Amino acid sequence: MLKISIDKLSALYDAIAANNELILPVRKAGVVDYASYEEGADVAIDTLKTAKSPKNAFFPQFETLYNVNKKIIPTDASAEEGACEGAGVALRSTLSVEMAPLVDKDFVIFGIKPCDVKGIEVLDNVFLAEPVDNFYKARRDHGILVTMACNEPEESCFCSAFGIDAADPSKAKADVAVWMADGNLYWKAISPKGEALTESVKSVFEDSDEAAVEATKASIEGILAKLPNANLSLDMWGKGVLDDRFYSPVWDEIFKPCLACGTCTFVCPTCQCYDIKDYTTKDGIQRYRCWDSCMYSDFTMMAHGNNRNSQKERFRQRFMHKLSYYPDKNDGMFSCVGCGRCVDKCPQSLNIVKVIKAFEASKAKEGQA
Amino acid sequence: MQGLIDRLKALLADGTVARVIGWKKGDMSYNPTPAVFNSAEELDEFVYDGFCGANLSKMMIDATKLEGKTAVLLKPCDSYSFNQLIREHRVNRDNAYIIGIACRGKLDIERAKATGIKGITDVAGVEHDGADTVTFKTLYGDKEVAYNEILLGRCYMCKGKEHVIADEVIGESKDTAVMDRFAQVEAIEAMSSAEKFEYFKKELSKCIRCNACRNVCPCCSCRKCVFDSTKFDTQQKANVDSFEEKMFHIIRAFHVAGRCTDCGECSRVCPQGIPLHLFNKKFIKDIDTFYGEFQAGKDPEAQSPLTAFTFEDVEPKIVSERSKG
Amino acid sequence: MSNVIDTLVPKVGVITGITDETPDVKTFKVNAPEGGKLFEHMPGQCAMVCVPGVSEGMFSITSSPTNKEFQEFSIKKCGSLTDTLHSLQVGDMITVRGPYGNNFPVDTVFKGKNLLFIAGGIGLAPLRSVINYCIDNRDDYGRIDILYGSRSADDLVKLKEIQEVWMNVPNVNVYLTIDREQEGWDGHVGFVPAYLEEIGFSTDCIGIVCGPPIMIKFVLQGLKKLGFTDDQIYSTLELRMKCAIGKCGRCNIGNKFVCKDGPVFRFDQINELPPEY
Repeated sequence: MLKISIDKLSALYDAIAANNELILPVRKAGVVDYASYEEGADVAIDTLKTAKSPKNAFFPQFETLYNVNKKIIPTDASAEEGACEGAGVALRSTLSVEMAPLVDKDFVIFGIKPCDVKGIEVLDNVFLAEPVDNFYKARRDHGILVTMACNEPEESCFCSAFGIDAADPSKAKADVAVWMADGNLYWKAISPKGEALTESVKSVFEDSDEAAVEATKASIEGILAKLPNANLSLDMWGKGVLDDRFYSPVWDEIFKPCLACGTCTFVCPTCQCYDIKDYTTKDGIQRYRCWDSCMYSDFTMMAHGNNRNSQKERFRQRFMHKLSYYPDKNDGMFSCVGCGRCVDKCPQSLNIVKVIKAFEASKAKEGQA
Repeated sequence: MQGLIDRLKALLADGTVARVIGWKKGDMSYNPTPAVFNSAEELDEFVYDGFCGANLSKMMIDATKLEGKTAVLLKPCDSYSFNQLIREHRVNRDNAYIIGIACRGKLDIERAKATGIKGITDVAGVEHDGADTVTFKTLYGDKEVAYNEILLGRCYMCKGKEHVIADEVIGESKDTAVMDRFAQVEAIEAMSSAEKFEYFKKELSKCIRCNACRNVCPCCSCRKCVFDSTKFDTQQKANVDSFEEKMFHIIRAFHVAGRCTDCGECSRVCPQGIPLHLFNKKFIKDIDTFYGEFQAGKDPEAQSPLTAFTFEDVEPKIVSERSKG
Repeated sequence: MSNVIDTLVPKVGVITGITDETPDVKTFKVNAPEGGKLFEHMPGQCAMVCVPGVSEGMFSITSSPTNKEFQEFSIKKCGSLTDTLHSLQVGDMITVRGPYGNNFPVDTVFKGKNLLFIAGGIGLAPLRSVINYCIDNRDDYGRIDILYGSRSADDLVKLKEIQEVWMNVPNVNVYLTIDREQEGWDGHVGFVPAYLEEIGFSTDCIGIVCGPPIMIKFVLQGLKKLGFTDDQIYSTLELRMKCAIGKCGRCNIGNKFVCKDGPVFRFDQINELPPEY
């Protein structure tokens, strides 16, 4: 294990940034989100929870997929004037498609928490499933995850319900695990990618034993056990519960305060729904994809109608997808990692924990009846 | 609070109302959820305390279309929103029973957390008749903060303790204003153009286009928002550049100008902490300056200066004259 | 330019023929710019057809894979994309990506079986691919019955092909019906579900149903009355789609993505889904 004094962290950042783009928690106008390490960046590495999850680094809120150039051919054009044939007919217009370049440079996400690493695993099951999404895959191939233990977990955290260990990031599917303890940052490579990164920044570190890390782990574990939702029961969810949960009367009331905004979706590390849209450009269009939310009224709107017309149905879709449909398709894995951002951010204080608890309460009530 | 619950139960029992819109206890001590209560039994989960900041008036758009009257609990500032909804024919007044509820300022959990409080397991002193000090029990030790130190930003510019509409008022409210309601706007007006631009660029580039501000806004009650239309390019879920959001938020501010009651919900709900109310306050201040003082929602009969023409109206050239300084 | 081809990135296709089928349905013949087909597909599969700047939508490929020269899409005008498609002419380019989704099990379950196709209106589009595939491989299948109805005689898609080709294939029986009496129509008049019961098909076949949801609902009831079981009836589902590869989340219904796991489903499979289609 290696260590570096917290006072000297900027030397580590500079060493990483020398060869990679470095993305880490940065405070901007009072809010901390993952952003590039650049001149004047107000790094806030001790932030437990960024406002948004770091999924943006792999699945950006907005990205160009390709450009289409369109050329109109005048109907009376002669061969010299650019008339042309295609597939045996005189063309009236031509289109050409140019795919946007894929990410081809390494980048490091520094300080990502174990819940958010799990969130990326959730996204992997979607984007890396056949047919592979190459835009996402290129970022995964080039992204290096330095995951950090959560020194002071908060009451909105419930990652342990999903088997995530916030005290020991070396268990996460990441590349380097780090801990902040007794004024130092402790560093341990946990994958070949992580070893390569370690090699390139080794000069800033000194060797260390694991005593301080072990003490910190124990202290974090003590807090994790005391979190109010540490033992949140997911017994009613997972594979094979679709019918029982879908038709539950719990949905009839619980959705009512929902504003139908996209806050929960957009701060969530696992929400992966997207829209594909066009910008008109001078020569054609730029086709992009952007985050979308199943909470929005137009999400399933078709020319002939909408198959989820009410907010109740849209609300139910989001939670059923996370707690039943996704596990059905992914061997029981939930599409929630207990990061608690929706708990912190929902304008109406409605969130996945309340949904899970409402179902538990309804079951308990049935039991009494 | 038991007295309040008893009163609500009585209203349900004697058939005055068919349902009550209020707040339901959260799973933590600071996160109650707006809720509809259909029976006395459901009211056992009712709560009203310092964390009940949500303005419930917009929920009455749907509720007053239902069979039977709906009771709604409105704080003094929320009552302006309800009046404005009456003015815009969005709610059916005859189907509403308004309980003006006492307020001593509402708490902002984010402001509390910004003081270093974390790992909250319980909160005490947040009831309406509670102490001047809020006590947070946390995993990292107990912390005390003065109630008035952790109010929602809007409460420091409180519009006053009187309800502008109510069928009955329960309890006595407090005016929690400690600063001029336009002080923040004036501070920005004093900036140079370049400074203003930088300020708003920094703030607005945080926008994630979640639409929470629009969806919570009692003035944004269009059945279908232009920003949701699939037929126009106005429906963008992404930013063209990092400052694209200026368009969305400024257009929205224009749409609610003259109608915004300054309830402050937009800033309360923003997950990125953008002070959106500043746009609306700027319009309110300008309207006051150009047309004489006007408070939207104060009187449901009063016409907004922006929809009434008089020969004394200010001429558009005022804008260019003013910018010359 | 990147060498990687992503399934989200389309190919360019040329419209090489347009047939007016009905007042609001046109069939578009599409080729690769260098001639030939854009890709190979199986009956029932779909493709994302796009007019850049307007929108992209999932359409069933209505031509049979046995057509080696081109692909066809029969498209009803009912929204902004389809309105624009209808305004295009031969020689215009569009973008197409695909094929997507599953297909009718023509080479497995359907082989050697009697087949009963029931379609309403534009619902013939996905079935035409299967019907022509079966006709072109006639010996592989048993009796083929086709029950097809529309609002009026003018709304019957591919009427010429039905009358000139399908009706002349051995052991293929075509039953046409229109909703209301019409001058010049001496065929059957009445809704598809009613005609179905009137004819009373035997259950020694596989039912393949496609049409408006209300028709499907009553056809299903009719087939049940005739003794059909859910696992011998196939249909297709249609939901809003953007990515067509089971990722964007729009067509998610229960634990299925209609774009990837469908669009072809057996009715016993549909019954297991939440009723959100």
